[in-house]
Amino acid sequence: MSSEALAMPIAGRTSRPWMLILHDWLVTVDHKRLGVLYILLALFFLVMGGLEAVVIRIQLIRPHSDFVSPQVFNRMFTMHGTTMIFFVAMPILFGFANYFVPLMIGARDMAFPRLNAFSFWLTAFGGALLYFSFLGGSGLYGGGSAPDVGWWAYAPLTARAFSPGNSSTYWTISLLVSGFGSIGTAINLIATILCMRCPGMTLNRMPLFAWLNLVMSGMVLLALTPLSAAQIMLLVDRYLGGHFFDTQAGGSAAIWMHFFWIFGHPEVYILIIPSFGFLSEIIPVFSRKPIFGYPVMVGATVCIGFVSMSVWAHHMFTIGMNSYANSFFTLTTMAVGVPTGIKIFNWLGTMWGGQLRFQTAMLFCIGFLFQFLFAGLTGIMLGSAPLDWQLGGSYFVVAHFHYVIVGGILFAVFGAFYYWYPKMTGRMLDERLGKLHFWLFLVGFHLTFDVMHIPGILGMPRRIYTYEAGRGWEVWNLISSIGAFIQGIAVLIFVANLVLSYFRGRKAGNDPWDAWTLEWSVTSPPPAYNFAVVPTVASRRPLWDRKHPEDPDSQYE
Amino acid sequence: MQYRFSSGRNKLRRRIAEGVPAPIWVRPAIGLVVLLTGVLLAASLCIAGTGAEHPIPSAIQPESTPADAVYHLSFLVVSIDAAVFVVVFALLVYALVRFRQRSGEPEREPPQVYGSTQIELAWIVIPLLLVIILFLATSRVIHAVQDARKPASAVEVTAIGHQYWWEFRYPKYGVVTANELHIPVSTSARTMPTFLQLLSADTDHSFWVPQLAGKTDLIPNRSNEMWIEPHEAGIYLGQCAQYCGTQHAKMLLRVSVDTPEEFSAWISAQAKPAAAETTEAAGKRVFETTACVNCHAIQGTTANGRFGPDLTHLMSRKTIASGAADNTAENLRMWIQNPDAIKPGSLMPAMKMTDPELDALVRYLRTLR
Amino acid sequence: MSSTAIPASATWNLPNRGKVGMACLIIAESAIFTIFVVAYLFYVGKSLSGPTPRQVLEVPIFYTICLLSSSITVHFATKLFASGNQSGFRALWFGTILLGGLFLFGTAREWHKLIYEHGLTISTNLFGTTYYSLVGLHGLHVCVGLLMLTAVFLFSLGGYVGRQHSERLEVLSMYWHFVDAIWVVVFTVVYIVGR
Repeated sequence: MSSEALAMPIAGRTSRPWMLILHDWLVTVDHKRLGVLYILLALFFLVMGGLEAVVIRIQLIRPHSDFVSPQVFNRMFTMHGTTMIFFVAMPILFGFANYFVPLMIGARDMAFPRLNAFSFWLTAFGGALLYFSFLGGSGLYGGGSAPDVGWWAYAPLTARAFSPGNSSTYWTISLLVSGFGSIGTAINLIATILCMRCPGMTLNRMPLFAWLNLVMSGMVLLALTPLSAAQIMLLVDRYLGGHFFDTQAGGSAAIWMHFFWIFGHPEVYILIIPSFGFLSEIIPVFSRKPIFGYPVMVGATVCIGFVSMSVWAHHMFTIGMNSYANSFFTLTTMAVGVPTGIKIFNWLGTMWGGQLRFQTAMLFCIGFLFQFLFAGLTGIMLGSAPLDWQLGGSYFVVAHFHYVIVGGILFAVFGAFYYWYPKMTGRMLDERLGKLHFWLFLVGFHLTFDVMHIPGILGMPRRIYTYEAGRGWEVWNLISSIGAFIQGIAVLIFVANLVLSYFRGRKAGNDPWDAWTLEWSVTSPPPAYNFAVVPTVASRRPLWDRKHPEDPDSQYE
Repeated sequence: MQYRFSSGRNKLRRRIAEGVPAPIWVRPAIGLVVLLTGVLLAASLCIAGTGAEHPIPSAIQPESTPADAVYHLSFLVVSIDAAVFVVVFALLVYALVRFRQRSGEPEREPPQVYGSTQIELAWIVIPLLLVIILFLATSRVIHAVQDARKPASAVEVTAIGHQYWWEFRYPKYGVVTANELHIPVSTSARTMPTFLQLLSADTDHSFWVPQLAGKTDLIPNRSNEMWIEPHEAGIYLGQCAQYCGTQHAKMLLRVSVDTPEEFSAWISAQAKPAAAETTEAAGKRVFETTACVNCHAIQGTTANGRFGPDLTHLMSRKTIASGAADNTAENLRMWIQNPDAIKPGSLMPAMKMTDPELDALVRYLRTLR
Repeated sequence: MSSTAIPASATWNLPNRGKVGMACLIIAESAIFTIFVVAYLFYVGKSLSGPTPRQVLEVPIFYTICLLSSSITVHFATKLFASGNQSGFRALWFGTILLGGLFLFGTAREWHKLIYEHGLTISTNLFGTTYYSLVGLHGLHVCVGLLMLTAVFLFSLGGYVGRQHSERLEVLSMYWHFVDAIWVVVFTVVYIVGR
């Protein structure tokens, strides 16, 4: 428990011994500090995952490259995927949720602060365990290093017979552990949102960011758990001689796929929904208008939450399910595009007739809109089973999902950084560096992932450490690899911005963006107790009401 | 439409759009889009399938009925996608240009619009209709491809996926071969599609030759089925499309679509065992007395190992190691002595033979036509 | 800071966070059990060898009654506690622990028989794998529940459990009801449907 009034020490103002500061951070149960810890964890793993991506792109820059061996390459793509999903995307979204959901709903902390800390440390330990596999994966039989079975770890490749040593076990246990951490955070978020809103804040008046995290948390409860169950089954197979996925004993490889994708598909919605939350907070403020169609946005999100639990087998169109199953999953996959599209239209409606300000936070959100639109449309292509029979398992899919995750989620996350960094640290991020980061990253992103669709159409499967010359794939791989370097430079500029602005950024004040939700009513950074007096709200934009007492929102909702 | 104005802002509805230059980023954005479109178009035109070999395994150059069906469906899907993209893209660009805050304007809030039921309905109903159209069109193709009945004239092939090679069996002809598939071309005069039964001996694999059909997985303890109906003779390339382990990348496919006469000739040749008398008796002895026989089979000898590819007609294939190397004497030699040099992580062991043994063996293997 | 200063206004009532948290945990755990049940049902009849359920399973009626009765005892224990009857609460609470313990004993007995008399282990065949995993996962949850119940019982013996903990006891009893409900499902799937 920090004895300081501030959640984060302002550089130059503290004179406490660094060991005490470190101790405070290690034992903290304050949601703001845990939020920062999640974000720092994610940034660290972003760099690790990014390095793995760079290795992949160097190896693929030309055919028959021998930059790395196939064994190393296979570990690289496995670790890249696993790291980015579980130790970058999930923690960073939980970090922002942790920090801002209580502030936005007028609460002083999360419902279960100690569970909060426990969940964070489970995630951190899971990440450490996964990376320890580079050292410890060899096991007794010298069978391996880091896991190399792909981030979906399809059976029976993960059976003892095909994955000796401990590398697959590291994958399993590290994700099991961090999965429990995620479930803990989800429970915490739901309990906080349902039980700790300030007076007057009905669910109908909650910021959309809180709503989206509520839906996301509900999905975590239902989607992460099938993965945990499947991983327990895998451990039973590998260590207790079980036969869940043992095809030699009559077991089924397909059942792992079903269990995994029942997790895997909702998981990507779990990642995108909080990103939608970022957009729903940032775009209104930088358009100077309230969000267009709040009830429809909530409804669409809940709809996405439900429908997305029914689409999972579109990852399995090629495994030989019958035509009725393939048709069903085609229908549900395309159907989930409708509420998703509604959201894009509502953001468009928010901007329409507004007064758009193009600071860096907004630029990233605009990038999201274009890119997510495109990604959603390639998703519709992949959702049609016959098209997936050609394009699935190829670089077209890799391009599609990176478009969503990098072009969508990461752009939204960058936007959230620029928007909320002032609140968390009391300083503004440098706008010029920010714009440089944006443009450089935009160019690199498009270079890499736009052209990546083409090798997929031309027959290049994914997860191959090298490829044949003369198939028409070389030039596109070269361009993709160049783009990767540009993205890397942009991310480094971003990290530099984070560090430099912490010490030299312009002081932010409480409300640098003239925004309307409760977190902007407290100091930057907020005091440890958040609110001296628990606020009472009468509309969706309490600060608009305060700033425009002659014309409050409450008259119009 | 629920909206209201904050005090005294009616003037804000009128804009002075003309003559104001677009923000600096608009032109590069448009340029990027044009560039990308051009690149994509160029790509699609660059695909040249010259002569017998089709070097580029392109899904948009189908030469077989199921691949055609997918290709034609993609026109509808991509057109609808493109239309939606163009419309929404244009609206977004328009909004960004039209409603940006201009310097010199008084900082007053614009009209606070909360939503509009009619507009919301419109952009729910229209996408739903598009989804229904796409679903119906897709469903037809799914059934046409997956529920196609096997005609009596169909060629039947059993494909068994291994780490990291393909076993092909023709049960009706008693032929067992590996890695390079031969099937007859199918014309309207003489329909001869090939129906493949897909099995796996170890982990998951996927058979993908884009010009001939969409991919179907080979999953252990499960039997899948797919069919090909090629229209044009030639060589078509593909590879395994489901990560199956270390050498997934080099589990290549080479499909030779033959004229019916060529196909019959090939089948007859493959069905014959290796010649009983051979000029390379020394090499044959090496083969039969070393561990080779544990994994490999040569019809007509005592070797009947099934873990590795059948070698009876090894020299009828253009490549070895499932496409990882051309079928030359040096490569064959290297493959036997040091497979890691060609395909590190494959399950072929280094045979550690002496040079004379190796030479004799290679000479023998090269007689297996 | 885990407590919020809520104004005295009586009209702003939000659900109890302990109950909401436990409900969420129950939802998550139900999903885990669902996957194990699906695996069990999927593999019914698919074992390539070894003993079948019909050959070796005996329906554990008595122990099931024990476990389901423990739900009743825990329910009335919390009721008595809320109305201030400490000794009645302790008796019923202890009864719950006893009944739960009996259930675990029954499971242990059954497993001993299966392993040593019938030779069915987790690695014998698909039935063995799915059976021990599903029943074992449930048994693990019973163990955890019993540990919590025992802890509360010991605390109450020491006089540490007061009226202000009433809601926490209700939360724990929610968990215990969940464990029983899962047993109803497991029992139906394993001993009725799967045989």
